[in-house]
Amino acid sequence: MSGDHQTLALLLFCAFIAVTLFITTWVSRNRQGSAEEFYAGGRLFSPMENGFAIAGDYMSAASFLGISGLIALFGYDGILYSVGFLVAWLVVLLLVAELVRNCGRFTLADVVAARMAERPVRIALGTSSVTVSVLYLVAQMVGAGSLVALLLGGTSDAARTWTVVGVGALMVVYVSFGGMRATTWIQIVKAVLLMGGAVALTVLVLVQFRFDVNSLLTTAAERSGHGKDFLAPGLRYGGDWISRFDFISLGVALVLGTAGLPHILSRFYTVPTARAARRSVVWSIGLIGSFYLMTIVLGFGAAALVGSAEVRSSNAAGNTAVPLLALDLGGGEGSTGGTVLFAVVAAIAFATILAVVAGITLASSASVAHDLYASLRRPGRKQYGEVAVARVAAAGIGAVAIALGLLAQNLNVAFLVGLAFAVAASANLPALLYSLFWRNFTTRGAVWAVYGGLVPAVVLVLVSPVVSGSPTSLFPGVDFQLFPLENPGLVSIPLGFLAGWLGTVTSGEKPDEAKHAESEVRALTGAGAA
Amino acid sequence: MEKEAGPAAAGVRLDDPWYEASAAGWDEADGVGGEAAAGAPGPGEPPPGPSAAEIYLEVHRSAAFREVRRRYRRFVMPAALAFLLWYLAYVVAATTAPALMARPVAGAVNVAMVAGLGQFLTTFLLTWAYARHARLRRDRAALDLRWDTQEMTRGAGQPAAGGPVR
Repeated sequence: MSGDHQTLALLLFCAFIAVTLFITTWVSRNRQGSAEEFYAGGRLFSPMENGFAIAGDYMSAASFLGISGLIALFGYDGILYSVGFLVAWLVVLLLVAELVRNCGRFTLADVVAARMAERPVRIALGTSSVTVSVLYLVAQMVGAGSLVALLLGGTSDAARTWTVVGVGALMVVYVSFGGMRATTWIQIVKAVLLMGGAVALTVLVLVQFRFDVNSLLTTAAERSGHGKDFLAPGLRYGGDWISRFDFISLGVALVLGTAGLPHILSRFYTVPTARAARRSVVWSIGLIGSFYLMTIVLGFGAAALVGSAEVRSSNAAGNTAVPLLALDLGGGEGSTGGTVLFAVVAAIAFATILAVVAGITLASSASVAHDLYASLRRPGRKQYGEVAVARVAAAGIGAVAIALGLLAQNLNVAFLVGLAFAVAASANLPALLYSLFWRNFTTRGAVWAVYGGLVPAVVLVLVSPVVSGSPTSLFPGVDFQLFPLENPGLVSIPLGFLAGWLGTVTSGEKPDEAKHAESEVRALTGAGAA
Repeated sequence: MEKEAGPAAAGVRLDDPWYEASAAGWDEADGVGGEAAAGAPGPGEPPPGPSAAEIYLEVHRSAAFREVRRRYRRFVMPAALAFLLWYLAYVVAATTAPALMARPVAGAVNVAMVAGLGQFLTTFLLTWAYARHARLRRDRAALDLRWDTQEMTRGAGQPAAGGPVR
């Protein structure tokens, strides 16, 4: 990459940082630090605003760069990802969004704990929410590091390190000073930028092919070097049975994990009613769906215009397909158009990472302060305000994520995201669905459901080929691999549901009829909702 | 306003996760909730009539509530089952039957492309259908129940509002 790209991209990125810092100070002027304000942004966002913010929270750099890169390299198999990421929203829309909005106040644990003995349930769900958030956060930090390495040409280690540290520090500033209100506006700005960039590139690709999708697909297949196989599944996941099961496992984790992601669930508290929560999900499904449709065009466009071989030679994982495509569409290396488009795409990708990181940090600081701190603090000791604890927790989580992000720099981003989804689907979703739909669900069932999904998911990853026993694993020298799949979802999600059922039927606790009646009435009507 | 400042406030929240929050106020429909909050008796006053738990049990048993719940579940359960099965079938077919998926349909478009775009299409359609069903068949009844329930619990021992929140 030449110097022009870098300078322009850095300038654009600095402009984004300046604008978002301005938003942070502007929206938090004259605001008192109430919990309502900090965690839920005052609950007065409109469905459209929240829909954009949800889309902004969800469309990470892994989607923008990762999926289109996968399509550019492996053709159809990349599309499988985008389908999973989109269909997952039906689970959120139909089963979760409105009921969660009506029953909870700030976090996932609010919903489940309302019917139960509160302390153990809160501690369990707080722990699993923080685990999911940190995994997701590390993925984004690693992505930020690789993006900068790509932009600055050489893979300078110092540049990577400073980017990870800088991104971490910035998000702590956003979150601890701006809370949910600033974070939401940053998501909205980012979602608009990302959609705008994707639309512009998609139109340019289609214009190149005179809006003839058939010729786009044929050219892509030709230039990929795989011929017709490029347009059918199997290039990446069609090997042995283990890799096929691995993909099925990932697919299940993707579709069930979204409804258990803490930073997505907390977005529903920023609107006034369940009806508004539903309408914001409808907005976000429209935005996310059209975005993923565009990544398909961009992926095949990159294969057709840049060529799979060239994409692979720039970055083995395909993460640079979209920037390279932008360069090509603008007129190629050295041209003004190419320079500008490349810089714009790179800056959008930066902005994406920054915004997603801020959203997750906020959600996990809420889990720490509202669930863990509130349950674990000892009576009699000096009490700190919950919001003050949350601000400190944001800084603490930022530090942990920076440290882990630096350690995990060589792990694959898409894999880390898949792992976060698997843990969310195994630990958070069973407890949430049982508590919303099962009358006899008890405290023991809830606690077992969380740990019964969380522990297998984490343990199976530790004994998987990701950690040991294969040349590409984290510790290639040793071999304690016992589980063949990289993604634990296929086993750990059923285990989470099973543990919740088992805990409920074995506990002597009698279901509280009045509490159940109350939670059902609240969930479906919104009576007494915060 | 630092709501969680003292141990007393924290105790209330831990025992009673729901009741500390403002019960109503900013619903898009009208200002009834705000009035309810303003007119709520202080927590110290003795509760006249049935307790909040009895009111919720009563509402839970009422025909109106059962109807709302029935409409919600009758739509959501089959729909969720159908789209999960359809998605699972798609993923399993893509990984285990590549030959079937590679069959050409028209030009460069094959079965896999049609199935993938079909997933997008069914997602959009189901979203539209659900939003429409909820808007036409559920929202009005649920809102009525909400105000009735809040009206009834206003008189009960429950503090309907923890004060103005913003």
